[in-house]
Amino acid sequence: MLDLGVLAAAAEQVTGVLGDQPAPDALEARRMQALSLTVHIPIVCFGIAFPAMILFVHGLYLRTGEPHFKALAKRWSKVALTLFAVGVVTGTILSFEFGLLWPDFSATFGEVYGVAFGLEGVAFFLEAIFIAIYVYGWDRLPRRTHFLTGIPIVITGFFGSFCVIAVNGWMNDPTGFGVRNGEVVDPQPFTALLNGNMWHELIHMYLAGYVVAGFIVAGVYAAAHLRGKRDAYHRTGLVVALSFAALAAPAQVIVGDWAGREVTKRQPIKLAAIEGLPTTTEGAPFTIGGWYDADDNTMNGGIEIPKLLSLLADHDPDATIQGLDTVPPDDRPPVNIVHYAFQIMVGIGTLLAMLGALFVLTLWRHKRLPRSKWFYRGVVASGPLALVALVAGWITTEVGRQPWIVYEVMRVEDSVTSSDGLELGFAVLVAVYLLLAVAVAWLLRRLSAEAPEREVVHR
Amino acid sequence: MAEICLALIFVGLTMYAVLGGADFGAGFWDLTAGGAERGGRVRGLIQRSMSPVWEANHVWLIFVLVVSWTAFPVAFGAVFTTFLVPLFLAALGIIMRGTAFALRGHAATINEARVLGAVFALSSVVLPFFLGTVLGGIAAGEVDVADPSPSNAAWTGPVAITAGVLAVLTGAYLSAVFLAGDARRAEQPDLERAFRARALGIGVVTGAGSIAALFVLRSDARPLFDGLTSGAGLAAVLASVAAGAATLALIWTWRFELARWTAAAAVAAVVLGWWLATRPDVLPGLTLDEAAAPDATLTALVVSVAFGLLLLIPALLYLYRLVLSDTLTQSYEPLDQRFRPTDGDQP
Repeated sequence: MLDLGVLAAAAEQVTGVLGDQPAPDALEARRMQALSLTVHIPIVCFGIAFPAMILFVHGLYLRTGEPHFKALAKRWSKVALTLFAVGVVTGTILSFEFGLLWPDFSATFGEVYGVAFGLEGVAFFLEAIFIAIYVYGWDRLPRRTHFLTGIPIVITGFFGSFCVIAVNGWMNDPTGFGVRNGEVVDPQPFTALLNGNMWHELIHMYLAGYVVAGFIVAGVYAAAHLRGKRDAYHRTGLVVALSFAALAAPAQVIVGDWAGREVTKRQPIKLAAIEGLPTTTEGAPFTIGGWYDADDNTMNGGIEIPKLLSLLADHDPDATIQGLDTVPPDDRPPVNIVHYAFQIMVGIGTLLAMLGALFVLTLWRHKRLPRSKWFYRGVVASGPLALVALVAGWITTEVGRQPWIVYEVMRVEDSVTSSDGLELGFAVLVAVYLLLAVAVAWLLRRLSAEAPEREVVHR
Repeated sequence: MAEICLALIFVGLTMYAVLGGADFGAGFWDLTAGGAERGGRVRGLIQRSMSPVWEANHVWLIFVLVVSWTAFPVAFGAVFTTFLVPLFLAALGIIMRGTAFALRGHAATINEARVLGAVFALSSVVLPFFLGTVLGGIAAGEVDVADPSPSNAAWTGPVAITAGVLAVLTGAYLSAVFLAGDARRAEQPDLERAFRARALGIGVVTGAGSIAALFVLRSDARPLFDGLTSGAGLAAVLASVAAGAATLALIWTWRFELARWTAAAAVAAVVLGWWLATRPDVLPGLTLDEAAAPDATLTALVVSVAFGLLLLIPALLYLYRLVLSDTLTQSYEPLDQRFRPTDGDQP
């Protein structure tokens, strides 16, 4: 059935306990999953980063008593609650899809990775409770108590994403179980949770949360700045959001380098796809652009920078980097998607880091905000760009994992549902998510159109 | 260990049936409240009651799902394969409902509120129906664990349809009882009367529906019927009947706060009865031991959830205490009133 070629995968493979027919390419199911994740992940960024930003402004209010701090924190908390509500439903869709689209993945490996979701469920629950208390508690709870009810939101937002990312790390670096005669045995859920990919994925995503949420929020106030709204309320919104993003963006470059070296170590074929490296090479070049030809395993065109890939991946210009030719064609991911997604992420990430550095330096050296209109236009653009980089990053790691759902243990085609009619489901899902996006955009405009003074008037 | 995990699932189901069910029911009453002007008062009360709690209530569903796929992965995979269609439709309903409700709170014109309200209310009725058909299909033994495949017959049989309808009715009943109490707290005597009448009416309908459902079970899901009419299962059914009757009596005599608890107990007893009647099977034909994940997983799950509950229970109690003491609730406002031109600073 499988042509394992010269280099058989090290681990024994499993095809799943439900035993339905493999469905080659599983394209519709993968599209549905990718779409659902693309909708959910930006909201996760706000779940990670926004509560900390809100509490920061809330803390400023408690220290100074300035009403514009209160107005801003209160306004942001309402946005956070709405985004949380949308996140609850889009997150529920994801948990449904574990069963609907990948029944054999859940049936076979649920006992290994499931506990992480149990913990995530608890975190999510606590988040739901405290975000309701916090947002509805403005002007109703004692000041100190109210501030304190915000702290669990920050902690649970972090912990919840930790659990989910741990599972993704596990899919890329499966540990904590054995395989005997094609069956999964001896699950050790906590070992699986603390797999080798968990730390860099977690920190990479955590910083991405601050980059994405920070630049999007800052973009709103930068646009207001360009329209001439430069009062204390709008300035605080800009400075706080931009500061979070500007500190996270340069740090992300360093964490990204770390993540790249971990991928080199654990998933050499993913790295080869990221870089479009057809054959194992000593002192491998870094290729910008180009087009991979899967039929004869060659990379055409593109700008090669000699030895840079070896330097980046292994911190040694002469290091040997494993190429795509070391595994049979069936075991290679779709190279062009992964290659371009990665370049988009790195390109945008670099721009954002420069924008953030410019802001921090100006603030530090001149004790003022940058004056150029182009800086503010850049901040307005940075939000959507950060979103693109975020999604491109996830495409890099998830498409780069193909054709495996559990790396080198279970193939996507063995885990997917055998159901027909997924095309229809995909079309419906696209329509529903489009409606959702329009509705959320409408709501955020509505919220920002309300005068901030309304937040401090006791209703 | 497996028994504890199954108990966790049933606890989660019970909580979701009571709390989530009441939220669905609120949508049912929203749908049937009449035109914008006539229904504005009812909708205002629903908006006020649901806003702080609906997200937390909804998380119980996620809890049930994750415990299921961790502790009983094969059964989970088989159920989700079989009921692909109704579960997909339910998932769409979840998106529409949650979003529309969250957005309605920010609607600026009566037309916006009307459209969002219609989406919220319709999906609130459709969603429990589909989830009910899945439970009914499971009860009728429609899941073939050895070789599951997507099946429309599985969720359109008599037991499944009955369960779907009952799920809608149950939610409406719980919600009417809860809203009657909320109306009293909001000091709206006319709404109190309105929901009292609704609670009495729907209570009788739901009770009659449940009895009819027993006959459907007798012809189409005999093992479950036998379990519910003997031993512990029968005790649970009788307890549910007693709690239901007590609820009607309490509502008749205007004691809504106590009725909240008996109404919830009536629903909880049905879920409990289902569990007692199907023991020791997880799905018909699949015993607990066959279905359960290895002990290491179950132990890890139970430890995790137990640790979680230590944090969750005080947090939940704090939330409900704040809600029931009206600390968090917004001042009552009929939904259509918000859009009257008297509200000076609205466009």
